[in-house]
Parts: sequence; structure tokens; C-alpha cells
Amino acid sequence: MPLALKFKVALLAAGIAATPVAAATLLADGSRDIAARGAEPALVELRPGSVAYRAAGEFTRAGKIAEAPVVIVRITQPLAIMKTQVSAADYQRCVAERGCKALAAADAREAHPAVQVSWHDANDYVRWLSRRTGASYRLPTDEEWAFAAGSRWHDDGVAIDANDPSRRSLARYERETELKGTVDGTPRPFGSFGANEHGLIDLSGNVWEWTSTCFTRIALDNPAAATVNCGVRVVEGQHRSYVTDFIRDARAGGCAAGIPPSNLGFRLVREPNVLERWFGL
Amino acid sequence: MLTRRSTLMGAALAALVLATPALAQTSGVDLKLPRQRVDLVAPPFVHPHEQATRQSPKIMEFRMVIEEKKVVIDEQGTTFQAMTFNGSMPGPLMVVHEGDYVELTLVNPGTNTMPHNIDFHAATGALGGAELTLINPGEQVVLRFKATRTGVFVYHCAPGGPMIPWHVVSGMHGAIMVLPRDGLKDGSGKPLHYDRVYYIGENDLYVPRDENGKFKSYDSPGDSYADTVEVMRKLTPTHVVFEGSVGALTGKNALKANVGENVLIVHSQANRDSRPHLIGGHGDYVWETGKFSNAPETGLETWFIRGGSAGAAMYKFLQPGIYAYVTHNLIEAVELGATAHFKVDGKWNDDLMTQVKAPAPIPPKVEGALPAKTTKN
Repeated sequence: MPLALKFKVALLAAGIAATPVAAATLLADGSRDIAARGAEPALVELRPGSVAYRAAGEFTRAGKIAEAPVVIVRITQPLAIMKTQVSAADYQRCVAERGCKALAAADAREAHPAVQVSWHDANDYVRWLSRRTGASYRLPTDEEWAFAAGSRWHDDGVAIDANDPSRRSLARYERETELKGTVDGTPRPFGSFGANEHGLIDLSGNVWEWTSTCFTRIALDNPAAATVNCGVRVVEGQHRSYVTDFIRDARAGGCAAGIPPSNLGFRLVREPNVLERWFGL
Repeated sequence: MLTRRSTLMGAALAALVLATPALAQTSGVDLKLPRQRVDLVAPPFVHPHEQATRQSPKIMEFRMVIEEKKVVIDEQGTTFQAMTFNGSMPGPLMVVHEGDYVELTLVNPGTNTMPHNIDFHAATGALGGAELTLINPGEQVVLRFKATRTGVFVYHCAPGGPMIPWHVVSGMHGAIMVLPRDGLKDGSGKPLHYDRVYYIGENDLYVPRDENGKFKSYDSPGDSYADTVEVMRKLTPTHVVFEGSVGALTGKNALKANVGENVLIVHSQANRDSRPHLIGGHGDYVWETGKFSNAPETGLETWFIRGGSAGAAMYKFLQPGIYAYVTHNLIEAVELGATAHFKVDGKWNDDLMTQVKAPAPIPPKVEGALPAKTTKN
């Protein structure tokens, strides 16, 4: 362990020396910009904080569909999340090293996101990247994604009339249509959809991102009676969606009367390493 | 049978017509009927028209400009060399009444690259008018035919041989609706009135792929021809869509209606079978084969549109919400694109449907309940 620590410190020092701009830049909002280094992707480390969050999943009260509650989510540790989505080129490196399964299109562009990936594909990549870098990567939870997305996160709450199920479907349809706008589904180079207040790129563009959050149904008057289905995960983007984990192309797999995600991609969270945890480096 | 003599006669006749253009002209003005010019609108909308009419037959004047153009057919930006009647695929729905004369000026601008024509399934003779309307780029033609049969009918380009299927699946098809003079009726002769009418034209598209499986893009229809025919001959479309592209009738372009309104949906497919189904609704009155001299079927779940025909279905929406109108080969509806949406406003009817209990965990077995029946004993 001491050897590994030393090695890491040396690496860090080398990284800083090699890039005089500094590997970590403090941003106006207090988050740190961490430049890419070797196989490590560029990250933004957000300071702990909290966010008003519309809970994911379906909710009922007294046996009727109810509006999802808004809860305050507290992020107690710094959250290091990738600045961009995983690139097509990086995903292809994982494929080349047999860590990931080949995609339908062998796109290897550096500045384009990897798209049409399933939740399982994303997790294959997580294992490969963690192995390759020695760091611990994972998909963000939906709460973390909402926290990181900030102003780019869309509250998907809709007023619910328990006696008229059409109100909810019409309201949801209107909003998803509105959010989708005129942007087509052709993946664009990184930066095409701009940065949010934390410097995170392309949130809620035309690529939706997998999270680790499972689809749940919760009775608000009996929270213990939740049904959890981890075969369906939350994906985030222009609007929140629930997608079966082996689906790579949700645009043809949405429900009959909804607006499906245009593309499925992902960005990862890096767990704090020992150094960071102990010394705040 | 095409003999040498008839060929010669044909040539002689053609020469005669060419030599005396005045003669050909005069036949067009001897009809002493009122004329009405109709401005066509692109699908899914339909130009204003009377449903039942007290007027006597007229000459209905239409003008369609053929346009060859590159279009985008799905959300991924796949491009397609389209051939269109009036700029849309399918072309516009034309509406006349039985006994009217349809007088079409068909224009093939010099900017196009190919000869085109039009075959009306509603017309009688000369291959539906195709023989009399073949025009080169830079030409136009005027065809008149009498609308003798009521119903919805396909029209399409039919320029001969292998050009026929290619032009049709490139977008050159549409429909005409010939209404009975006294309007639509149910099987017992009771008049039927629609509050809205939508024309849904279905396209089966055959887009070639490159060696990596990506859809290819071409600079002109001619460039795309050889590859496209190869895909066509496998009879497996890469896209099955309404109004020429995936999502043409969803989202911002979703069709609208209100609870209590009667909506007439005209559906045409010029090349391939289809099976329209309104998810969450029905067909109250369906002219499956599209011909109004036959009594409509009632209360249908799914109806069948034979390739090369149009059908019409009337439905009164009873419940608000989002409806999907699909071809109920669901692979084609979901994977290939043949889905439209209706957004319907109005008041929910609990009597027709209610969610008695929202989804919740399966309750545990109640103590003292009778054991489940088994096949033993």
C-alpha cells in the first residue's frame, strides 16, 4: 500500500509538472476541473451540496397514481463526474481490449459520444476503465446525475388528476415534445450542447445517459411496500425515461405513445481514492 | 396484342396528334360545365370540400408539380432521393364528388431528371391515364377523367417497366376521394358526417447500406437506382412510415381531435399490405376496401389495406389522451417507423375505463383462504 501511495503521488506530481495549466483548476462555483490523464477521463469534482429532486419511479397513494414527491438530496462527499460522455473512441479502446462488446457501428471518433449502448455495455466499460486506471468508476445514481446536471436537469413532475388518467399522459407528451424541440438524433461532437454552471458538457442534449437507479414503485402511504425492478434503469436527458437494461436503441423501443430517448450513452463517476479521501488532494 | 400494324398505327396517330395540336385542344372545351379550381394541401391535411353537395357536376381543376428532391426520412438523418407529387410523399389527397370531372395539370419542371406520369385507380382507360400523361422534364400535360366510382383510390406514377415500382417506392403515390353526391352513409342509409378528416399515406422505403451497415446517401435518384433495386428485390423495407418519414405524425406533428368528434382517416398504401389499428380506439365505420358503394363494416379493431388500395375509417373519439395509430405489424410500427399519434382533448369517462387499483405488490395469501385447485383429487 505505501508503495502504491508513493506511486500515485509521483504520478500526480508528474501530471502537474507536465501540464503547467495545473491538472486541477478551481472553477467559479467551487468545483474543480480535473484534466484527462492517461486513461483517466477529464472530470469535474463538485463540492458537496444539496438539490431539490423529484423522486424517480412511480408513486401511489390510497391505491391511486400519485404525483412523485420532491425531496432534498444531500451529496455529502465531493462528486467527481466525467466532464463529457464516454467518447466513441474510448469505448472502441475497451472493445479492442476485449473489455466491451462491439457496438452496431464501429465509430471511433475522439470527439463524439459512444451511443447505442445498453446499461450492461456501460457496466462492462466501468469494469474495464476501473481495471485499467486502478481507480474505482461507476455509473452515477439518478440523484447524483440531477445534482451534477443542475440547471440542465428537468423536473418531470406533472399534476395528476386521479380521476382522469389522460391529463397525465397529455401533459407528459406536451412537455417531452417541447423539450425535444427540433434537435434531431444525429450524435454531435462534444460541446455542441454547451456546458452547465459546473462546466459539465452536453447534459440533456440529444444523448440520454444511463444511471444506476432502478425502477421503483412506491406507495406513499406505505413506503415499506416498494417494488423494485432493477431490470429497468433510469436514463436522464431532455426528459427522464425508464429503459430496460439490455436495450441499446431506445428510440425504437419506447412505449407506443411517448417520446423515446434519441440515443443512449453514459458518463461515469469516479469514487474518491484513498489520497483524496485522506488528504483532500 | 402488339402487332407491327398496331405499332405503326400508333405511330401514325401520334404523328397526327402532334401535327394537329388544335384538335387535341378543342376536345377539352366542349364540356359546358362549371369549373372549380382546387388548391391542394400536403398530407395529413385535406383541402376544404363539401361532404354532401347539392351542386351539379363540375370540372374540378387540380395542378400538381412533380418534384425530385433529397429528403430526410428518420431521426438519424438518413437521406433519401424522393420523387414527389407536389413536394410531399405521399402526394396530396384530392376530393371530388361522383360525376365530377377531375382535370389535372401535371407539371414536370426542367429541374427534374426523369420522365413521370400518373395512373389514377379511380379513372377508366389508358392505364388509368398513365399512357396519356408521360412527360419529360420541362413539359406539362392536362388529363381529364370522369369520377364514375365512389371511394378512396390510389394514384401513382407508372412510367413503365422497372421504373414503375421504383418511382412508387420513391414516394410517387397519393390518393383521391370520390364522395357520393349525397355524402357518406352507413349500411342502413343513414348519413354519416365527419368533423375532421386526415389523410395518412404509408410509405415502404428501401434504403441501401454501405459495408459498415450505415445507410448510404446519394446525390441524385439515378445514382441511387442500382443499389435501391437490389434492396427492393428482397421485399424487406428498411423503413415503413407515414407521410414520408419516421415521426412525421408524432410529437409536434401529432394529429389532433376532441372527444365527441367524428374523425375520418383515409389510409393509402400503393405498394404493400398494411393493417391500421388505433390503439385505445376502434373503427366505427370502416370501408376496408375503400369503396363507398359498399356498406361500411362496423366496430372494427384492425382493418386491412391491400397494397395498391386506399381505405377509410371513421371513429368518434370517446376518451381523452394519447392514442397511437399504427400498422399492427408492430415490428413495422415500432422498429420501422409506422406510428402516428392522436392527441385528444376532452373529459375522461370513468364508466368506459377506470384504474380500480394502481399497481402494487401482490398481496400475501390470506389466512384461511381456500387452497388453490389442483388437478389431483
